[in-house]
Amino acid sequence: MNDGVNGVALAVFIFFFLAVTVMGFLASRWRKAENENSLDEWGLGGRSFGTWITWFLLGGDLYTAYTFVAVPAAIYAAGAAGFFAVPYTILVYPLIFTFLPRLWSVSHKHGYVTTSDFVRGRWGSKGLSLAVAVTGILATMPYIALQLVGIQAVLDVMGVGGGEDTNWFIKDLPLLIAFGVLAAYTYSSGLRAPAMIAFVKDTLIYIVIAVAIIYIPIKLGGFDEIFAKAGEAYSQTNPATGAPRGALAPGEAGQWTYATLALGSALALFMYPHSITATLSSKSREVIRRNTTILPLYSLMLGLLALLGFMAIAAGIKVANGQLAIPQLFETMFPAWFAGVAFAAIGIGALVPAAIMSIAAANLFTRNIYKDFIKPDATPEQETKVSKLVSLLVKVGALAFVLTMDKTVAINFQLLGGIWILQTFPALVGGLFTRWFHRWALLGGWAVGMIYGTVAAYGVASPTQKHFGGSAKEIPGIGEIGYIGLTAFVLNVVVTVVLTFVLRALKAPEGIDETSPEDYTADAGDPGVKVELPPATAGAAH
Amino acid sequence: MSEAPEVGPPVVTPVRVVIAVCLVAPFVAMLWVGSYAKVDPTFIGIPFFYWYQMAWVLISTALTMIAYKLWQRDQRARHGGTK
Repeated sequence: MNDGVNGVALAVFIFFFLAVTVMGFLASRWRKAENENSLDEWGLGGRSFGTWITWFLLGGDLYTAYTFVAVPAAIYAAGAAGFFAVPYTILVYPLIFTFLPRLWSVSHKHGYVTTSDFVRGRWGSKGLSLAVAVTGILATMPYIALQLVGIQAVLDVMGVGGGEDTNWFIKDLPLLIAFGVLAAYTYSSGLRAPAMIAFVKDTLIYIVIAVAIIYIPIKLGGFDEIFAKAGEAYSQTNPATGAPRGALAPGEAGQWTYATLALGSALALFMYPHSITATLSSKSREVIRRNTTILPLYSLMLGLLALLGFMAIAAGIKVANGQLAIPQLFETMFPAWFAGVAFAAIGIGALVPAAIMSIAAANLFTRNIYKDFIKPDATPEQETKVSKLVSLLVKVGALAFVLTMDKTVAINFQLLGGIWILQTFPALVGGLFTRWFHRWALLGGWAVGMIYGTVAAYGVASPTQKHFGGSAKEIPGIGEIGYIGLTAFVLNVVVTVVLTFVLRALKAPEGIDETSPEDYTADAGDPGVKVELPPATAGAAH
Repeated sequence: MSEAPEVGPPVVTPVRVVIAVCLVAPFVAMLWVGSYAKVDPTFIGIPFFYWYQMAWVLISTALTMIAYKLWQRDQRARHGGTK
């Protein structure tokens, strides 16, 4: 890919990497609470984060390195269709504005650490809670693996990814080191580490995007020129499909796909365990609502970033692997030192979400599998210990996944993960607003959605893959091509509603609801909101 | 949003309708892809399809902010100004 190591860029990259490593380890002392050995401390940063930290944390968490590489890569490959990420992130915020504060309140009141904790408490069903936990873990694992793919892309372009002929150990050594360091500070500092590193990551990303969006178009002769060249490239016929490569605006046929992908992804985003972990770590309900009004700044950045895909075409970047388009664009266009800054931004951009995801998956395992099924009398110390260990295991698993299997496997699983995680929506968001559904009906709907989604995705072929070739397929009964996850979700809801009627008619036991209506609107400082949750970090500056 | 208690002021009020409209508008605008799937008019060389959606990032942010302010006011009025 590259003829030799880019020394200056590499030096800058290593500098930033070392800096965040030090920060990661120091983070354990940041706003330290008295009782370190509780899952609230390690896994939720003491539930003490204010508006700005939460903003950085959520931004760092949701807009991952993989996003930065994959969104422009999709634009580079096919044009307009890849831009759905923008409406997707636009729709997320009005959506979470309505339900996330309720989840925060009920979780604070009852000490819930994960979504499955809430599902168990609300529906009185360990089975349903297990289903949600397993779905969450399954969906998160490939996501972590993809963060590694993001780092690999950067290392490759810098020339330290090794060629095909180098032995595997040397080839993967940089990646192993990066992940070893990440695992170590996540283990010791918990959620505080990514929260602190997120500042560096986002600052770097914003600087890089701001520079790229001004500097590159000037060098390429303006946006007119860029889009003219891109339009020309898209109109070329792709020999593999016999159709044009893409378009600057989606045609009639692609519009359903575009809209359903945007909506389905928006519904799914806050079902992911790592999004919820970052949300629950905030210190009040208001912090969340306020964040829905400032988080869109990241969407704007994402939109600008997506435009880089067109610039890569206009700049004549030719890569076989689309993932390398943007790192390659940076290396071609920027002076070496600034390319190093850009690479550091992407590399660190992978570390933050990878840390949060592994913590979220570990919390799910500890709370909803270990404590519920293996050792019900586990003490908070034991919970924290198990969580720390599992966070390591999860990362090692992701690493093994990336090193031993083809990258497309991780991408396929990530695609499936999105479809799967959306199937937990009725139990979670439904539960925040109503107790009308029957717990077994929710379980039935979930199972139908999971099975339909998996089978449908398996059946999608693309020119390069026989299965899992994409995430869109004809919607039964409508005939348009739409996002499989959303179709599965609709099916899931229909089954849940029908089964609820049936089970109610049969008078099936409903389970005990440990929550009460006012729990959903409680705010920090209200009487009854558990103060056993850390009276956190007295004296910490805000 | 059903955060209102059973008794007391009505659940649906004009302010709440405005809040709902603010939150629903982005969905209508973004999911109606046919309304913006075109290249012209361009803005500083960027096709309509792209700058229009980017503009909606700002519009939806403004709408969410309005919804947030109205909601705060609504809650304050209901809880007798404790917050």
